[in-house]
Amino acid sequence: MRKSIPALRLLRGTAFSLMLLVFVLMTVLPFAFMISSSFKGSEAIRTLPIRWIPERPTLEGYERVFNMQGFSFARSSLNSLFLAVLCTLTAVLSASMAAFVFAKLPFRGSGKLFGVYLATMMIPGTVTMVPNYIILRILGLLDTYTGLILPSLANAFGVFLMRQSMMGVSDAYLESAYLDGASLYRIFFRIVLPMVRPTLATMILLSFMGSWNSYLWPLIVLTSGDKQTLQVVLGNMNGMYKNNEHVLMAGAVLTILPILAVYLVSQRFVDQGISLGGLKT
Amino acid sequence: MYVPRNAGKRRAVTLFLLPSLIGIAGFCLLPILGSALFSVMDYDLLMPMDAMRFVGLGNFVKILTGSEFPRVLLHTCTYLALYLPLILVCSVGEALVLNRTFRGHGLFRTICYTPVITSWVAAAVVWQWVLSGKYGLMNQILAHLGITGPSWLNSGDWAMPGVVIAAVWKDTGYYALMVLAALKSIDVTCYEAADMDGAGSVKKLTAITLPLISPTLFLLIVINVIYGLQVFDSVLIMTNGGPGGATTVFLERIYKYAFRQYKMGLASAYSWILFVLILLFTFLQFRLQGKWVNYDA
Repeated sequence: MRKSIPALRLLRGTAFSLMLLVFVLMTVLPFAFMISSSFKGSEAIRTLPIRWIPERPTLEGYERVFNMQGFSFARSSLNSLFLAVLCTLTAVLSASMAAFVFAKLPFRGSGKLFGVYLATMMIPGTVTMVPNYIILRILGLLDTYTGLILPSLANAFGVFLMRQSMMGVSDAYLESAYLDGASLYRIFFRIVLPMVRPTLATMILLSFMGSWNSYLWPLIVLTSGDKQTLQVVLGNMNGMYKNNEHVLMAGAVLTILPILAVYLVSQRFVDQGISLGGLKT
Repeated sequence: MYVPRNAGKRRAVTLFLLPSLIGIAGFCLLPILGSALFSVMDYDLLMPMDAMRFVGLGNFVKILTGSEFPRVLLHTCTYLALYLPLILVCSVGEALVLNRTFRGHGLFRTICYTPVITSWVAAAVVWQWVLSGKYGLMNQILAHLGITGPSWLNSGDWAMPGVVIAAVWKDTGYYALMVLAALKSIDVTCYEAADMDGAGSVKKLTAITLPLISPTLFLLIVINVIYGLQVFDSVLIMTNGGPGGATTVFLERIYKYAFRQYKMGLASAYSWILFVLILLFTFLQFRLQGKWVNYDA
């Protein structure tokens, strides 16, 4: 081994600490600026130099978020929650049901069909967005929650993820359950799904976060004010509160908090999802 | 799994497969056909559907020969040219930090990932304020360093860099964890051998670490070019294509054509052009990967 010169080791330790510090500051400062601004009044946010702890903390920004003209922040939060839960349920259930067939109940041509599923993963959302909108229009589903949720049925990535994990479940379990008289439906819900619980949890989380954070699709599908989601409302606020950044920052804090809470309690499943190549919002 | 004949397998398979088949057929395959059809049509959403008119390649010609297309392409390429090196350096740097053990490691990891789970709308709203010319955090920090910052999103030259900075902030944590996974898979004996030979830490980084994680870096670039060509949420909220059209990008144009001007045919043609560009860029990168990606390890 090369002999480490103490001074050199110290230097390397310092370089590391410096890098750590830079990354922490880079990541945290915008959040800190957001939180600090959200507790200021409209004059205090325009006072230099920046005071990180507001001199006279006020909840004015938050009050104004909840008393907006035209749309309700509380209502849109509930809409978002409701839609995120339903989209997640739809996506996860339809994907795992299909995955069960591909993994455990193959039929003639199922391999080819799975190939088609995989191929659809390469089509960017860009291409399908306009025709999907027109399809909803023809079906009369524009500005409905059904219309917003329906495309969640197409979840090739989810099918792929669940299939990989269901392949790992031994046939012996399923066959013995079958011999004991369990139906295929019962086997799916009572044996297969519980056995792939970690992947299931990961997929539920990825899907939930994706729906909660999605912007473009709800923006074009839902047009009436009382149906809009949190992200769309925050996007609209952006145009209306140009010189009242404290209101915007309060809105941003309230939009981030719920999903941050979800992340903190379920971190390990999210981390697992990253290693599986999911979650990009 | 073995299921005896006549055991209702066919029915079960149909039931299990039906929801996702409807989804894939109705919202992936049918739209591709629809999009291809609309792209050769003059289709105004405000008119009844039978007013649709066949225009052949008219939409494509109109886009490709217009003065707007080169600008949009330039803006998108500017975005990529700024974003790619920054995200590579930041995510490798953050991954190198994460690869060490130190007190507060778990907390640091959580901090790194918080921007990733933040929605783009919230992130864009916050960054608009951070980049605000006079009272924004960025220019205040720059002022401390003796630099007079630009008015970022209100300036034609600095709006795109502003969007890029926000995007790098938001995405670094995600790609850092990808790089971290690659770092973890490097055999420690490589470093031990290098220590024997007296290599310094910079040498170890350039001669061992980077070549060994080059497949992951390649993947990271490929993914980011695909995503970068489709940059949208950030641009729409932070600049809305402005100021003065300085940040118009593909998806923003498609969105405006389709849902502001209701020219569905033109928007569909635009999205096909984008799709071809994505394929082209990806193909080129796979051709070039032999020059620098190392799959030997």
